[in-house]
Amino acid sequence: MSAYRVESHGRIKHHQPVSFTFDGETVEGREGDTVASALLANGKHLMGRSFKYHRPRGAIAAGSEEPNALIGTTRSEGRFEPNTRATVQEIYPGLKTESQNSYPSLKYDIGAINDRLYMLFSAGFYYKTFMWPRSFWDKVYEPFIRRAAGLGVSPTVEDPDHYASRYLHCDILIVGAGPAGIAAALAAGKSGAKVLLADEGAEMGGSVLSEPGVNIDGCSAWNWLEARLDELRGMENVTLMTRTTAIGYYHQNMVGLCQKLTDHLTTLPEGAPRERLWRIRANQVILTQGALEKPLVFHENDRPGVMLAGSAQTYLNRYGVLVGRRPVVVTSHDSAWYAAFDLADAGAEVQAIVDLRDKVQSELSDEATKRGIRVLTSHTVTGTSGRLRIKSIRINPLRGSKAGRAETVNCDALLMSGGWTPSLHLFSHTKGTLRWEDDTKAYLPDQKAEACHIAGAGRGLWGIGKALTDGGEAGVAAATAAGFTTIAEAYPVENDREGTGISLRELPTDRSPGKAKAFIDFQNDVTAKDIRLAVSEGMHSIEHVKRYTTNGMATDQGKMSNMNGLNIAADALGKPQTEVGLTTFRPPYTPTTFGAFAGYHKGSHFEVTRKTPIDDWAEENGAAFEPVALWRRAWYFPKPGEDLHAAVARECRATRESLGIFDASTLGKIEVSGPDAVEFMNRMYTNPWTKLGVSRCRYGLLLGEDGYILDDGVIGRLSDDKFHVTTTTGGAARVLNMMEDYLQTEWPDLKVWLTSTTEQWATIALNGPNARNLLEPFVEGQDMSDEAFPHMSVSQCTVAGFPARLFRISFTGELGFEVNVPARYGRALWENLWEAGQQYDVCPYGTETMHVLRAEKGFIIVGQDTDGTVTPDDAGMSWAVGKKKTDFVGMRSLSRPDIAAPGRKQLVGLLTRDSKTVLDEGAQIVADPKQPKPMKMLGHVTSSYWSETLGRSVALAVVQGGRDRMGDSLYVPMPGKDVEVEVTGTVFYDPENARLKL
Amino acid sequence: MRNFNAFTLAREALRGHKGWGKQWRSPEPKKSYDVIIIGAGGHGLGTAYYLAKEHGITNVAVLEKGWLGGGNTGRNTTIIRSNYLYDESAGLYDHSVKLWETLSEELNYNVMFSQRGVMMLAHNVHDVQSAQRHIHANRLNGVDNEWLTPQQAKDYCPPLSISKSARYPVMGAALQRRGGVARHDAVAWGFARQASAMGVDIIQNCEVISIDRAPSGEVTGVQTTKGPIGAKKVGVVAAGHTSVLMEMAGVRMPLESYPLQALVSEPVKPVFPCVVMSNAVHAYISQSDKGELVIGAGTDSYLSYSQTGSMHILQHTLDAIIELYPMFSRMKMLRTWGGIVDVTPDRSPILAKTPVPNLYVNCGWGTGGFKATPGSANVFAHTIARDEPHKINAGFTLERFRTGRLIDEAAAAAVAH
Repeated sequence: MSAYRVESHGRIKHHQPVSFTFDGETVEGREGDTVASALLANGKHLMGRSFKYHRPRGAIAAGSEEPNALIGTTRSEGRFEPNTRATVQEIYPGLKTESQNSYPSLKYDIGAINDRLYMLFSAGFYYKTFMWPRSFWDKVYEPFIRRAAGLGVSPTVEDPDHYASRYLHCDILIVGAGPAGIAAALAAGKSGAKVLLADEGAEMGGSVLSEPGVNIDGCSAWNWLEARLDELRGMENVTLMTRTTAIGYYHQNMVGLCQKLTDHLTTLPEGAPRERLWRIRANQVILTQGALEKPLVFHENDRPGVMLAGSAQTYLNRYGVLVGRRPVVVTSHDSAWYAAFDLADAGAEVQAIVDLRDKVQSELSDEATKRGIRVLTSHTVTGTSGRLRIKSIRINPLRGSKAGRAETVNCDALLMSGGWTPSLHLFSHTKGTLRWEDDTKAYLPDQKAEACHIAGAGRGLWGIGKALTDGGEAGVAAATAAGFTTIAEAYPVENDREGTGISLRELPTDRSPGKAKAFIDFQNDVTAKDIRLAVSEGMHSIEHVKRYTTNGMATDQGKMSNMNGLNIAADALGKPQTEVGLTTFRPPYTPTTFGAFAGYHKGSHFEVTRKTPIDDWAEENGAAFEPVALWRRAWYFPKPGEDLHAAVARECRATRESLGIFDASTLGKIEVSGPDAVEFMNRMYTNPWTKLGVSRCRYGLLLGEDGYILDDGVIGRLSDDKFHVTTTTGGAARVLNMMEDYLQTEWPDLKVWLTSTTEQWATIALNGPNARNLLEPFVEGQDMSDEAFPHMSVSQCTVAGFPARLFRISFTGELGFEVNVPARYGRALWENLWEAGQQYDVCPYGTETMHVLRAEKGFIIVGQDTDGTVTPDDAGMSWAVGKKKTDFVGMRSLSRPDIAAPGRKQLVGLLTRDSKTVLDEGAQIVADPKQPKPMKMLGHVTSSYWSETLGRSVALAVVQGGRDRMGDSLYVPMPGKDVEVEVTGTVFYDPENARLKL
Repeated sequence: MRNFNAFTLAREALRGHKGWGKQWRSPEPKKSYDVIIIGAGGHGLGTAYYLAKEHGITNVAVLEKGWLGGGNTGRNTTIIRSNYLYDESAGLYDHSVKLWETLSEELNYNVMFSQRGVMMLAHNVHDVQSAQRHIHANRLNGVDNEWLTPQQAKDYCPPLSISKSARYPVMGAALQRRGGVARHDAVAWGFARQASAMGVDIIQNCEVISIDRAPSGEVTGVQTTKGPIGAKKVGVVAAGHTSVLMEMAGVRMPLESYPLQALVSEPVKPVFPCVVMSNAVHAYISQSDKGELVIGAGTDSYLSYSQTGSMHILQHTLDAIIELYPMFSRMKMLRTWGGIVDVTPDRSPILAKTPVPNLYVNCGWGTGGFKATPGSANVFAHTIARDEPHKINAGFTLERFRTGRLIDEAAAAAVAH
């Protein structure tokens, strides 16, 4: 194995080699490695290129906060993902990975020319140029910028994986399974509360995993960890989830978790989802997310090999990897010293520990001396060298804030620490407030907006001992708040590494700070000078600084950059940090796949497809379907060789001449019942209902509060206190909601019950001169003669042996009946009627024929001939408005001056002068087609069809003052020609309604 | 004020960018102004700019309770189009698109207006009818909008799935080629920079607490967290918080405020060439210059002033995105955020005088105000300066909700039958 693998260290399986590829080269890692740890074990630090300057970059961190080491990963065909953090992706045999954002290769990237021009590409440079000549923006500048920008490439094919989603309620959700989270879970778990402990890592333990030398409760840290996790696994009320990231914290303790299920597996289990999105509603939430280490900001702090000290410690202790044989440590915090000691003890020759502080605890310098490490306190770093990996660093002594003479020290890694900052993203999602604490030099949680508790490093308590104590207390507090009792056990800790430090801006330098490439946001290439430029240009809000420089907007979401950006902006503004404030952290905590959010709602499950009981028959008989709201409806029934128009012409002819059968089951149906049903109907609908006799029907018109037509349908009175209300197919749910809304909020005194019965009834419409002839033999309990059962009647009887609600109504102008039977009998009834109907050449027809037939009769379709701006009078339906009524929904709006004003658009018929021309639905109508644009438009065509019955086209339209224009010529200007039309009444066929009375 | 161009940029690059100066001043408020604009978003800052530029009124303050451009100006998905149905809307939004076309030069600030085309998908017969109605009306209004077949739509936007087996197959699309996107922050900054240079005081972190009125009723000034400031005229341009401010002057607004969310993906190389919107499947998407897919959808269903939306709205947004673009399933959401949109009963804005003398209001843009920024600001400045509306905004009155002369674009899109 390579010189960088340390067999004696790490939690990985050293005896279990795993091969994968990086940019086509085979890399050998070990089971338990991440892509980053395996590459580092092979001495490869170069993993990516930065966004703007295309600078070579390596992993700077070991976790989800990584901004640099982004790669593309491929498992198999279609399973490519861009921008994956190499520090998180676990390796498995066969994994293919590739670097991004470089051409022609990662080592030689032509985009690095930008780095030479870095002074030109300062913060916000693009706002100041690319404006001339104007046409160049779309054609030259922007395409160039777009090609240069972006990180990886998008997947190009449909994702073969599927994703799951689930809900869960729990008493206590604990986010982060480090020492604080585990202690909290133990305390809360013992109370009997339902506890969920989630951690984004592949294994639980957090900082304990990187600190094997610590002793907890009398045993080694890792033994303690295993025993305590076993204890938690043994509790039935506790659920542990690894590889599960809390991505967002929403109102009322709703937390979203994304659980990764397969991205680490060698073979995919059959049918397993790739990820599962959880929506957790927790009584109490405990945030134990720990802290993030801050980089130091100095010239060229971004070369491959420059890494956070804590991460180097993690690579050694968790993955058995020395990130360098000859590292230098630069720090302003004690914690990096421990990293140096661990690396030295594992065989690294630590070249120096450079500390920005004047003094450090003598224990630290003694330990360093014991290991033969050179200690340089009160020193700064002013530069680095090495193109694809760091070769040396420039170290200068500090005299106050001035840098003295530089010394060059060779190295193969630079481990830095600028101290730690609590991970406050989730807390920030809740709009909880933060306060700046000068002692810890960090923002800490302050006022809480949700029922949550923060423990451990998340509130500035460093070290495992404090985390355990604080976590236990949070567990007790949360359990108590959730109504449980428990106590926290004490876990004494030895060899703990607490440590303190200071927080700095850019490090002092002996070079021009105005030209330094001292990176803050590594991925977006934001430097300290960019922040200062933004402030000098008047960007005084931290939000302006963020947006102008893009600091904190990279895929690490500011985990690496926000605190350093804030410190430097505050300095540039001459204000304390606390007055400058932090930018708002946004969900998700780490980037989350679209697939996980969509979950099951994909393909045919995107939205439910509602089907009628007769849908199967339609499909078997070759129907073409159209989606209408959530339903699919038979559109037309083409015979071989027929297109839409031929089929519809035939269906129309058959219905007018003999008999058509139509599945009307999708019509909305609402049962309105109760002693006050008639009063309720009077208030909802424009029509009067009091005098409607039992067994009679009436066409009902429903308005919105604005006075415009909202819905319509035929309504039958079944008894004094019961109405069978029908609505449009798309309007059913809306109408029921509106009725319930009024009933519950405006008229709670009315004794009325509403029941949606849309799916309970199958509805079959028979239309045509032979409708009664077909139906009569099937009906029992109702005299079907015209006298006994006239048009607009309803009867509860038996049809073909099935209990039925039989309506005599017509939407076609022909003699018509609608038979409602319980949905389970729908298909049987249809087949009965179909079979018996053969003697009349019964013809099944679809929605298109229905539309044509009703248009010939001038019947409107709400939503097509009306559009939410049409009053009953506009639609020529004043007859449907009860003149003596004192109130109904929308009545008041009808008296508004502009509703009553002349010149409103009114529904009329249109006949083209050339009878063969079928107008476009939606086409606009003008009086003078030769006028210049913008033209004065009088209205538009709402419905337009070829009428087989009439042998010509017919159309309905809304036209300004239309009813006063009868017989006038108007024009429909189309591209290339103007179509002349005559304004007519809306009824084109059988205006005397003779055919209804057969 | 330094001119922004390639030469000044190169010169400043050589001298460490020391000479740019501030893009806008940060003055303390004067005792009084001719005009106070409340709300330093794009519409408010633009109003101040056009007051100074076109009407010679420079004694103007723009008051902002937070940071300029921090409301919906900096939170929207930056879609710009003008293919609206009604004459009033088409007139207003097309006026705006025309201003967008020259805005970078006008402001000497690259607002990155990119006419990538806005395509609106039709998924059922009803969508097709609605799209056709828009296209016909737009043509006669001189606004570009054209019908594409599913294959033409796919050619224009290759990631789009036109599979016939989709739950809602694409039946065609309406394309406005002049539509596109712009860089939202830059619009606010560009207006702020020019307005400030002409003498407008932009006062951030200055919240209006109350609106002062004389006994005779007219507005005389405002009380703020920075003290009282007198004004001859006050224009309220405060989006989701307009109702609260207008209440201070005793005017009850026909507005409801909802959270609206948007999100971006991680940046990727160019993959999505235009803007695509779908009302039936309910999501809209484009790709920013930085490479992020910029995605939005509908509002939360409840009223709120919280700039946080619900998680299930994001789920519905992204399932719609995957339905239309199955290849994006493995793309990752980077960031999501919310804004508060103010919605009128007819979903069209109010750009008008008010019953209170010397008080003017510009609000009610709902989910689509960004596209109107320069046009709205331009005619609102006219309305304030002349105390009467420009003919372009004459229909967008406050009274129309009482009289019934609505401009109901949402209703015109109607509903499935």
